[in-house]
Amino acid sequence: MTSTISPPSGPAQKHGPRAGKAPATPEAAESPRPRSTLRSRLGALDVKASPYLYVAPFFILFALVGLFPLVYTFVVSINDWDLLSGAGEWVGLENYAAELTDPYFWNSLFNTFSIFLLSAVPQLIAATFIAALLDQNLRAKTFWRMGVLLPYVVTPVAVTLIFSSAFDEKYGLINNLLQMLDIDPVGWKSEVLPSHLAIASMVNWRWTGYNALILLAAMQAVPRDLHESASLDGAGALRRFVSITLPGIRPTMIFVIITATVGGLQIFTEPKLFNPSSSTLGGPNREYQTTVLYLWDLAFNRGDFGKASAVAWLLFLIIIGVGLINFFISRSIASADAKHHAKPGRAARRAARERKSRRAHEPAARHSAAHDSKEDPS
Amino acid sequence: MSTNTELSPGPGTRTAPAKTRRKRPLGIDRRPGFLTYGLLIAFFLGGAYPLWWSFVTGSGSTGAFAGPLPPLFPGSAFLANVAEVFSTIDFWAALGNSVIVSSVITISVVGFSTLAGYSFAKLRFRGKSGLMVFVIATLAVPTQLGIIPLFMMMKEFGWTGSIGAVMVPTLVTAFGVFFMRQYLVDVIPDELVEAARVDGASMIQTFWHVGVPAARPAMAILGLFTFMTAWTDYLWPLLVAPQNPTLQVALSQLQSAKYVDHTIVMAGAVMATIPLLLLFVLAGKQLVSGIMAGAVKG
Repeated sequence: MTSTISPPSGPAQKHGPRAGKAPATPEAAESPRPRSTLRSRLGALDVKASPYLYVAPFFILFALVGLFPLVYTFVVSINDWDLLSGAGEWVGLENYAAELTDPYFWNSLFNTFSIFLLSAVPQLIAATFIAALLDQNLRAKTFWRMGVLLPYVVTPVAVTLIFSSAFDEKYGLINNLLQMLDIDPVGWKSEVLPSHLAIASMVNWRWTGYNALILLAAMQAVPRDLHESASLDGAGALRRFVSITLPGIRPTMIFVIITATVGGLQIFTEPKLFNPSSSTLGGPNREYQTTVLYLWDLAFNRGDFGKASAVAWLLFLIIIGVGLINFFISRSIASADAKHHAKPGRAARRAARERKSRRAHEPAARHSAAHDSKEDPS
Repeated sequence: MSTNTELSPGPGTRTAPAKTRRKRPLGIDRRPGFLTYGLLIAFFLGGAYPLWWSFVTGSGSTGAFAGPLPPLFPGSAFLANVAEVFSTIDFWAALGNSVIVSSVITISVVGFSTLAGYSFAKLRFRGKSGLMVFVIATLAVPTQLGIIPLFMMMKEFGWTGSIGAVMVPTLVTAFGVFFMRQYLVDVIPDELVEAARVDGASMIQTFWHVGVPAARPAMAILGLFTFMTAWTDYLWPLLVAPQNPTLQVALSQLQSAKYVDHTIVMAGAVMATIPLLLLFVLAGKQLVSGIMAGAVKG
């Protein structure tokens, strides 16, 4: 596959001028094929260097705009760095110590995790349910799939404006409906749990259909034969879903959970725009001030780049940590599952099932054997 | 999907040939009942209603909003409200900014990802697996948390306030490279690359004539999603160029007035949603298959 056998067309055109110089060198004059040697050398260089050249733009740009800022955030975080006056004194881990003892930081973490759980858990359940609905033999499949995806095309800013208006405490749609039902209006924008529910509902509304489609794809990748043989063994739809579909989509589920974690722990737009009339970012008493919002407030309202960078790194570590926990939990579930399969209970049950099905087939087999033996003589 | 061809024509089954029915166990491939469709319709309405409601609110007059019952049908003031939106924010300039920013990011991400993804999928070089592991590891790294140094860089270069600065952090993504690599590794047979090389094509010619044509479907999907992600981004454009806003930033500025007029805000939300709704109508199928393809690969 290397270019030692390259005919003149390709590389010759490309490296034409340089290859043309080759005969002028003394060594080249001795050999009848000097051009092809130089050309092959250039060709070899092409083969060697090209792969690196193709991946280089990505790595260079990514290093500049993705990794360098992240690493430099750490440098900023160990300095007393101000938005206006720039780099100050080296303070070591003081910024971290200050943040780890700051109740506002912990408040922001609590809010972030609370909103994340309120959105991730119901969303995953609903998405699995919708995916199971879509995984049936529907008419107009594409229509339904597009239907559940509709909210995804509404941008988070628009979603927040719409929901913020609906959750308005005085004139909002939700409280109006509650009042019609004789329920006291809820302080969606001034109480902790209601505000978290409201913000989680925005995330859920936009992302459930999207995740349902991902899970649907995973469900369709589960081998059909498994369902068929389970069905032959008398497993109903629910049983098949629990015993075949759910284990089959577990890797995808983990993928969805990890993506949701990385995104969910960085939630910003929704709490930022939820209540524009609040002078503090994230609610009058920081009811729904998430960590990224807290970081933003520290950095760009109060100008404390040092502490804000410490918060960024702490959040970074938390996100990586949660990702790793997800990973290990899912791995231990997988291995526990393998053990579970090896347990006598399950094995015995399966053996019993097999015996049963063999018995079911046996008469037919005996019959056909008899049939064969009868036919043989004739 | 594979079951389509094996379907019996309908619930009647009168014309179903015996051989297709023979080994098909009950409960699989059966047409779902009304309950399924009912639930799906309910989910669809739940997804569509907030949009409809924003249009209803955005077309009402301010007074009508405070009524006890939410109106179900649009009012007549939509155009007047939109005119109010246009006088509050420079909608068209923001739309133009969003189009430019999203297009440049899309071209950059798709171009660099295809190039790098092709190299990872089909070329041999030392350190390849190590570099690929690096790409995969960075998939889960929240690069958004680097905004403080990024902001400092943009300020240093004097780029703040320009839409160029808005594009910078997302010109490449690890996901793009990963996605293209996963696609190309199966789609291009090694023999094809080798044949092109034997025919004397240089590496870049091979990429251009073998890699790119094969990559086209994945490039379209990646482009679609990159465009959407860039279009919906809010944090970075708000930070780096609030005075030269993208559509999302401009839209959020509608809300920042002292007195929030919901009808105007909703009219703005509707106007800002129209471009992506159009995209949804035109490319909804591709969005669906893209999400589903990404899932299987991912």
